[in-house]
Amino acid sequence: MKRRDFLKSVSGLAAGAALPAMPSVISSAKADARSETLLIVSEGGPNNLDIHGIGTNVPGYEVSWNCYDRLISHEMKSGPGGVPYYDRDKFKGELADDMKIDDMSVTFKLKKNAKFHDGAPVTAKDVKWSLDRAVSVGGFPTFQMSAGSLTKAEQFVVVDDHTVRVDFLKKDKLTIPDLAVIVPCIVNSELVKKNASENDPWGLEFTKQQTAGSGAYKVTKWTAGTEVIMERNEDWVGGPLPKIKRVIWRMVPQAGNRRALLERGDADISYELPFKDFQEMKANGKLNVVSLPFSNGIQYIGMNVTKPPFDNVKVRQAIAYALPYQKIMDAVLFGLGNPMFGAKDKATEVAWPQPHKYNTDMEKAKALLAEAGYANGFETTISFDLNFAGVNEPLCVLVQESLAQLGIKTTINKVPGANWRTELNKKEMPLFTNVFSGWLDYPEYFFYWCYHGNNSVFNTMSYKSAAMDKFIDGARTAAATGDKATYDADVKGFVDLAFADVPRIPLYQPFVNVAMQKNISGYQYWFHRRLDYRAMAKG
Amino acid sequence: MLTMIGKRLMFAIPSLIGVVIVTFLLTRALPGDPAAYFAGPAATKEAVEQIRKKLGFDKPLIEQFFRYANDLAHGDFGNSLTTGQPVATEIRNRLPASAELTLLGLFVSVAIAIPLGVLAATRPGSWIDHLCRITTTAGVSLPVFFTGLVLVYVFYFRLGWSPAPLGRLDVFYSAPPTVTGFYLIDTLIARDLEAFRSALSQLILPATTLAIFSLAPIARMTRASMLAVLASEFVRTARASGLSPATVIVTYAFRNAMLPVITTLSMVFSFLLGANVLVEKVFAWPGIGSYAVEALISSDFAPVQGFVLTMAVMYVLLNLVIDILYGVIDPRVRLEG
Repeated sequence: MKRRDFLKSVSGLAAGAALPAMPSVISSAKADARSETLLIVSEGGPNNLDIHGIGTNVPGYEVSWNCYDRLISHEMKSGPGGVPYYDRDKFKGELADDMKIDDMSVTFKLKKNAKFHDGAPVTAKDVKWSLDRAVSVGGFPTFQMSAGSLTKAEQFVVVDDHTVRVDFLKKDKLTIPDLAVIVPCIVNSELVKKNASENDPWGLEFTKQQTAGSGAYKVTKWTAGTEVIMERNEDWVGGPLPKIKRVIWRMVPQAGNRRALLERGDADISYELPFKDFQEMKANGKLNVVSLPFSNGIQYIGMNVTKPPFDNVKVRQAIAYALPYQKIMDAVLFGLGNPMFGAKDKATEVAWPQPHKYNTDMEKAKALLAEAGYANGFETTISFDLNFAGVNEPLCVLVQESLAQLGIKTTINKVPGANWRTELNKKEMPLFTNVFSGWLDYPEYFFYWCYHGNNSVFNTMSYKSAAMDKFIDGARTAAATGDKATYDADVKGFVDLAFADVPRIPLYQPFVNVAMQKNISGYQYWFHRRLDYRAMAKG
Repeated sequence: MLTMIGKRLMFAIPSLIGVVIVTFLLTRALPGDPAAYFAGPAATKEAVEQIRKKLGFDKPLIEQFFRYANDLAHGDFGNSLTTGQPVATEIRNRLPASAELTLLGLFVSVAIAIPLGVLAATRPGSWIDHLCRITTTAGVSLPVFFTGLVLVYVFYFRLGWSPAPLGRLDVFYSAPPTVTGFYLIDTLIARDLEAFRSALSQLILPATTLAIFSLAPIARMTRASMLAVLASEFVRTARASGLSPATVIVTYAFRNAMLPVITTLSMVFSFLLGANVLVEKVFAWPGIGSYAVEALISSDFAPVQGFVLTMAVMYVLLNLVIDILYGVIDPRVRLEG
């Protein structure tokens, strides 16, 4: 029942007249509505409610995560500071009751009482259709599926009404984790097929505007760029019934206003605020501020190794000694990040991210630069993505200042957000800063995208090395076959090589910062770094 | 009169065609590749190409243009990629929000600026003249977003008098059924006084922000124009004939001083409609300006083209209305093609 209808009926009963409700009734009803409603404010909102759609943006992932179910999901563990953090190694059923992994396939038994939002039962047919859709629509979803060696519709087999089998193309440790990311969500196939057309066989136009899943929430109203309203699905079987009945997600472009809304207690939760605000809010203690490191994510300085002067490893090492690491941590991040530098005396670990061995040391930098034949420096350009100017701009200015001491003249090139991807793809920028973070939290996954000679978009440095490829491929094979000794040796191998060759210089592991009222509990960190409303509670 | 209006509208057609061509070319000339942008962070080259094909950006420019023109002729402005909605619907939904805010802001501004200007002109050098000078200088020299933020800081954050700057209505009210798209009117039609109050209280701060900004040109123009008229011979004659000062100022002087004020008003209005982007950003107002800017940032062609075209049509209509008003105020002015 809507609040307004409720008010009308209550005032009608109480006063027996058509007068507007009494003030006391208004405030108590408003208070009730508030205590079960979560009000989120953020800068941007979704452009599509379906992650399979063309160009669905990151806020759209949040809707998909909360409104659709997957076969499996991750368990929680205790993360940094006691905040629940997803456990990359432990899975639990969401739509699946049971998961049986065989040598070359995995079989899922579906929960028998699972229903879509329109009441239709969730069957194996829906699962197959949804996974077929994910590997066939092209673009990001298909790409993400392929990261777990899920590429063909034939891999998904309906065994009976409530049993589905996924066949492996090859042994890949990432296949199961890839079934727990946002993309392989289960869609109401009958409903969507009814609304599909010849030009749009997967019904993407339909699911763009409404959610057709079985998830814990359903979108009841969406005004693009303004607000999203989600209501709880009372029949959800994917987990315990969420405590929050209604989620109102408002787009508030002004960061200052988001902070004001939080501090006045009008909004419950917000992210995407400047680091300085987070740090101040943390200090004054009126709100809960959670800062957690991006899993498998690093902000770095990249150098194009195909062109002089950065084709010379000595120049790259000189730069690695010349970066003002600590200043960046203090003045740009206000301490909200994990340093990724200066691990001089520490042995390399089988982990990623981990700090490299360089530290700010101008004398060494000068010596290396002289050895490389650039004693008088050179001229270059440092580029950054304007979408993240809040961090990137001061960072680049600090780097520019520091490099000037070596005689390196750097011009700052600000690239508009829309253009950034294109520029990265061209692989022509000599010097740049960027962030990469992988959904799947495995060192070889990160290195496969960022350092492998097959030169993916994220190998922004165009780095190619036969030795590196051998380590990365070795680690991937070893992970699939469970050969721990080889795996450890290969991971240490590629990490050491990446630090010795330094095509990119890690700066820090960024934090995801979320500020919320003290009465909000249940925040969980997920690999996608968006909110999971299902575990949250108010009061 | 009607034929004149028709003729005027006819003359507007070539300029609209020009606007269509220029915006089309300008948006294509923007740096940035929408296909790469919308392919997302993890896209391969093939994925980008697939998206380019789906969006039709692989076709030659001239073919893209004719497609666009053909769609336009059928009333289809295309789809926005950032919000995922048809541009025509978005503009239809957002224009009233901007218009309501701008009109109210302009109304407040006029209600203060014109009496202030008239009073300043009748008593040059007095305290009221200085007040006029100070307010207008301050108003025009404070950037809109700054005034907006200060107002939010003082009246919402510090004093708590104003509601949260969260758009057109309090979060827990639902929007009235759309009749005009203006919430102040629609809530009254729906006899929902609570929502009316909420809509009005949400409007006060942003409208004030706009009013402060637009005070200056209107007040200064009123003052200057009144001064000129008051010094003219017919006012001297009227005074000499013993008419009361009120009659002289209101009936004779003010009416004659109105023409330049109306011109300024039209300029201020069209300027505000486009320039209240910042106010919309500060107050999370779901208006047309913030929509266009967001689209521009993400190289989303369709909304930018739709926005420019809508604005062009509005300017044409506004100019027409102003010309007609001239005729009403001063019968000597003829509406000509």
